[in-house]
Amino acid sequence: MSATETTGGGRTGGHWRRHRATDITARGEPFLWMLGGGLAFGVAMIVGFLVLVLWNGLAAFYPGPIALVQLTSGDTFAGEPVRSEPFEPPESEVATLSDALRAEIADNAGMAVRTLYRIGNFDLYGEDFRWVPDHAVASITYPPDYYHVERLEWGPFIGRILRVNFDGLEVAGDAVSATALHEQHGAARERWRRLRSIVKGGIGEINREIEGARLDLRRAALRHGVGAPEYAEVKRELDATLAGLEREYATLAAEAARLKALDERFTITFVDGAGSETSERLSSVVRMFPANDLGLGGKLGVYLSRWGEFVGDEPREANTEGGVLPAIFGTAAMTLLLVVFVAPFGVITALYLREYARQGRLVSIVRVSVNNLAGVPSIVYGVFGLGFFAYIVGANIDTFLFAERLPSPTFGTGGLLWASLTLALLTVPVVIVATEEALAAVPRSMREGSLACGASKWQTIRRVVLPRAMPGVLTGLILAMARGAGEVAPLMLVGVVKLAPELPIDGVFPFLHLERSFMHLGFHIYDVGFQSRNSEAGKPMVFVTTLLLIALIALMNAGAIIVRNRLKRRYAVGHF
Amino acid sequence: MQSDTSERVRPGGAAAAAAASAPAAAYHERPGPEGSLVETRAFSLWYGATQALFDITFDIHKGLVTALIGPSGCGKSTLLRCFNRMNDLIDGVRFAGEMRLAGRGIYAAGTDVIALRKRMGMVFQKPNPFPMSLFENVVYPLRVDGVRDRRILEDAVERALRGAALWEEAKDRLQENALGLSGGQQQRLCIARAIASDPEVLLMDEPCSALDPIATARIEELIDELRGRYTIVIVTHNMQQASRVSDNTAFMYLGRLIEYGETRTIFTTPKLKQTSDYVTGRFG
Repeated sequence: MSATETTGGGRTGGHWRRHRATDITARGEPFLWMLGGGLAFGVAMIVGFLVLVLWNGLAAFYPGPIALVQLTSGDTFAGEPVRSEPFEPPESEVATLSDALRAEIADNAGMAVRTLYRIGNFDLYGEDFRWVPDHAVASITYPPDYYHVERLEWGPFIGRILRVNFDGLEVAGDAVSATALHEQHGAARERWRRLRSIVKGGIGEINREIEGARLDLRRAALRHGVGAPEYAEVKRELDATLAGLEREYATLAAEAARLKALDERFTITFVDGAGSETSERLSSVVRMFPANDLGLGGKLGVYLSRWGEFVGDEPREANTEGGVLPAIFGTAAMTLLLVVFVAPFGVITALYLREYARQGRLVSIVRVSVNNLAGVPSIVYGVFGLGFFAYIVGANIDTFLFAERLPSPTFGTGGLLWASLTLALLTVPVVIVATEEALAAVPRSMREGSLACGASKWQTIRRVVLPRAMPGVLTGLILAMARGAGEVAPLMLVGVVKLAPELPIDGVFPFLHLERSFMHLGFHIYDVGFQSRNSEAGKPMVFVTTLLLIALIALMNAGAIIVRNRLKRRYAVGHF
Repeated sequence: MQSDTSERVRPGGAAAAAAASAPAAAYHERPGPEGSLVETRAFSLWYGATQALFDITFDIHKGLVTALIGPSGCGKSTLLRCFNRMNDLIDGVRFAGEMRLAGRGIYAAGTDVIALRKRMGMVFQKPNPFPMSLFENVVYPLRVDGVRDRRILEDAVERALRGAALWEEAKDRLQENALGLSGGQQQRLCIARAIASDPEVLLMDEPCSALDPIATARIEELIDELRGRYTIVIVTHNMQQASRVSDNTAFMYLGRLIEYGETRTIFTTPKLKQTSDYVTGRFG
């Protein structure tokens, strides 16, 4: 560079100034790399995330092998290997090892490898998982008679079947035929389901009726006073109802007791790798399979059965096992309600702002404020929802409509309605902005055409502008839905619970129970992953639940997108 | 809006009553058999601080086709949109002077704008059918009027589509989306929509400027067929078109009405030099 400058040829000559070189930014597409790179980076992150969730989520339910591990110390245990990782064994432990092992560890800069085993049997050892250094293992075998047993309580058991007791008939574990075991297990599960339906359905129904009758009495007391003849009338009716219900209850309770007693007589006893025994009622075994003795078909069967339970059943074991049906239900119901609330609210606001309000400083301020609302932390909305909706609006509803239930709140606490309204508030800026854009994009010629036909402003909006803006409005709703369905923080304050006793929709009038608290997949992820006693056991559930939540949102969005595209096609044909 | 109550009487077309600053406009239009329908008196319009129309005074005669010509930006579209008060929609518009439809003030206090617009159908520069079926497009003016009777609507559709020379092409596809029509068909559909509610006046704002020559010829034929049944005011850039379809022509320049007369005279022996310069293509 200095060479050319000192000779000065270019500088003094000035020909190159006449033919100035093309600017570097005008040659080719230098920024294409940056733009494409940005896109590639974003896509890579999203795809990476989805692959991680898909891989872990889809693999979570596939049964792994059971290893019977013989330790050099003489101990034996059975467990499913989860993963291996290098670690640095403490000095004191290294000192006890043989010379050869010490030398090997020293060669590896003091590092050794350890493996995490899921040993289950929480009732026996108080832990589900166990780290074992690989150098402490004498031998590993994969015995075909070891079962993975999923139980109603205490998590999985890993071990052999020692003996079974079918109504007094005792058979040793290695003598019982697979078909007999399968049959008896099926029958026991069926009994358990019937018992559950009696307790939850029949007896629950009676309790509900008793509660209803009691509330009638209390309402009468509030309205007429305890001494009034109306009160006495209601009391007489109540006593009659109660007597009838009492009889019904006795029948059901007897049936339940009979089933329970029968159930007690079918037991199964397991023994684990170390020789400890445990006995269970056969009905409390959800699923058992000899993991090392299964072909591909058998493994797929277990896999599908686990998925079926996950999608279609209730959670158990503090949500770390069982299904998430109530959470799927709660999430879907809340999101749909959110759309029901946010759509009219957002569209009406945007219509006023864009079509009727005089465009000036005030409207600009309102618009900026609406946009800024989108940036308020969602937990703040949760606080507002709890304070305003539940404690002010809800408490007043209770006072006027559900006085007989006080002091226990009906609407005066978190619930489906308040959660949906809070999320509607949270997502309304998105809908307003999208609707305003869509309204602004309706060509002026359309409005003029309508007005020139003698339509009023409202008729024009209603018949021409709104239909034409509908695809844009739906885009806003899709965004709001996705944002709302994935939101967790505010929900924790306004109605989502760890375990909801009842679904918000059922067969009891008025069918949709807006006041009930509900479960939510997003909260479920948080709860299982970070609030359960054993986060290692919850990890697969976190991935599976995440997968399910993403799938659910994708499904709802796909529905909305199909509707939008159908609308778009209606307005897109034409020659202009 | 201010209304100028001191009405100027303009005799038969010879002497003009124009503002003192402006040169006198020349009037020699052919009177219609039934007299004038839309009367404009000293009408001025401002967009904010900019004056777009200066003291326009002229009569549109019933049953005739009146063309408004002039270079771009001369105010002819603005004037047309004043007849059915479409300019009301624009913020910051002010008026002075008077306009009357069949003797009643268009800008008088208490005028029902919706009713006024129903008496004046309008066709726009670009075809603007609504994203609905052909049927719904045509009956739109009736729908907003609250007409529900299927038979009345069907009659109106057939009558309007026949009137707009679209019936033969459209009768089998009434339920199809109007956006699927060709440009020329769309414009005829818009004309059908404009005449569906039986207006007295048809306002056309450069109805052929977005169409090809064949579609333009169809529209011109149509205007010829509609002559006499409706009073038509057409804004056009195309002087051949004005000379072909109109009975009277108003030449406007820079917001002023320069000459208003019988079309043949305007295009052959205009009274003013400015007009003859424009129609012979020397400027504009």
